[in-house]
Amino acid sequence: MLAVRGLSKAYGAKRVLDGVDLDLAEGESLVVIGGSGTGKSVLLRCILGLETPDAGQVLWRGEPLAGQQAAFMDGFGMLFQNAALFDSLPVWRNVAFRLLRTMPKTQARRIAIDKLARVGLGPEVADLYPAELSGGMRKRAGLARAIAADPKVIFFDEPTTGLDPIRAAAINALIRGIVDETGATAITITHDMSSVRSIADRVALLDCGRLRWQGSVAGLDSAEDDYLRDFVAGRARPMARGPQA
Amino acid sequence: MNPIRLTGRAAIGLTRMTGQVTIFAARGLARVGQHPAELARQVVQIGWLSLPVVGLTALFTGAALALQIHSGGERFQAGDVVPAIVAIGMARELGPVLGGLMVAARVASAIAAELGTMRVTEQIDALVTLSTDPVGWLVSPRLWAALLCVPMLVGVGDVIGIMGGWLIGVNALGFNSAIYLSNSWAYLESWDVVSGLLKGAVFGLIVALSGCWFGMTAAGGAAGVGRATTNAVVAASVGILAANFALTGLFF
Repeated sequence: MLAVRGLSKAYGAKRVLDGVDLDLAEGESLVVIGGSGTGKSVLLRCILGLETPDAGQVLWRGEPLAGQQAAFMDGFGMLFQNAALFDSLPVWRNVAFRLLRTMPKTQARRIAIDKLARVGLGPEVADLYPAELSGGMRKRAGLARAIAADPKVIFFDEPTTGLDPIRAAAINALIRGIVDETGATAITITHDMSSVRSIADRVALLDCGRLRWQGSVAGLDSAEDDYLRDFVAGRARPMARGPQA
Repeated sequence: MNPIRLTGRAAIGLTRMTGQVTIFAARGLARVGQHPAELARQVVQIGWLSLPVVGLTALFTGAALALQIHSGGERFQAGDVVPAIVAIGMARELGPVLGGLMVAARVASAIAAELGTMRVTEQIDALVTLSTDPVGWLVSPRLWAALLCVPMLVGVGDVIGIMGGWLIGVNALGFNSAIYLSNSWAYLESWDVVSGLLKGAVFGLIVALSGCWFGMTAAGGAAGVGRATTNAVVAASVGILAANFALTGLFF
């Protein structure tokens, strides 16, 4: 359904992505893990078209995404790391932002309130502004916005960053539930192993801009890759690594 | 480093930035009318809410101008020119320039801070992922609102400034009220007013463009937003003064 071929990206002398190849099947939940600064978010931004890769391409249903960006954008949802809710709009308008272009306000508001309920937020939250929400509530509202238009593909960028373990577990359960319910394809970027085990059908490890390992969740514990084993176990490693362009 | 290379690099950088800002402005202006509700909101933010600061600035400037002209004019027995000079000075120069500078301080900083914060908190990326063009939704309404509102603010400022001169003229300098007002209009030509309003439109565009450009290109967290805000106000202020010189040369 979605494929990444030879994706490379450098900022000045620092090569962040170095020939990444990935394939994602319809309905699959792929989690990309890796340490801080290994290119996970840049990979996501390149797939979304927010960054232009130096080399390589993203294929959507076998065709280059570059030529069908508008159609692709209409069919996906995105949960940003810090939710990225629009400060100037109330929560329901944030959730219904895309819907308001195609349907009357009352209908969009009703759907927004339904989606808020799906992520565990009551209707009393609808008219609040993002600044009035806690971190966990903002994340849930962001999730409601990501699923508001029933997307075929959903991206999650560090969905549990900044949350306590209980709220993180709740967000992970929500994401898994939504992916299962809707049959949507999901790509999650994280370095939180509890998210990996809750959300993933398949896991890919990105290291120094390269895809180092990929396999099933069960394969994480039996993998022979030293770096992966240390990553999963949370063991310290020497800090200075990585290729330079 | 070689000074020639340094100069060349700076010149290339300046040329590149000028081109980028020009294209950015053209894109913003071309997306007129895509989001009327946002335009209305910006008209209130940029126009209506700037009225007090522009009005007060004009009032005190007109009053101070009357005192200065009277004091200076008395040296060569020309104190009677106060009403005409206040009116012409406000309409041609002080109304648009001081109005523009006050709007720059209030609006360019606010736009840069708001858009810069949206940039560093990924709200602008979120707009893109929601199939919304950030230039159409964020930049265009601000450019058009400033372009339309600043001339109106200048017009109101002109009237308030002349009234400030009238207040001082009548209450402190011994002018007859009716004669003061009559002399204010008698020597004022329509081009004096129109040229000031045109300057206001250009200054409005400079203010909004500075705020939008530095806000949209902000990077580096809170410090980056702070830099964007400072740069926006400095660029808008210097831009207004430079454009004022150029337009004055062109018009008169």
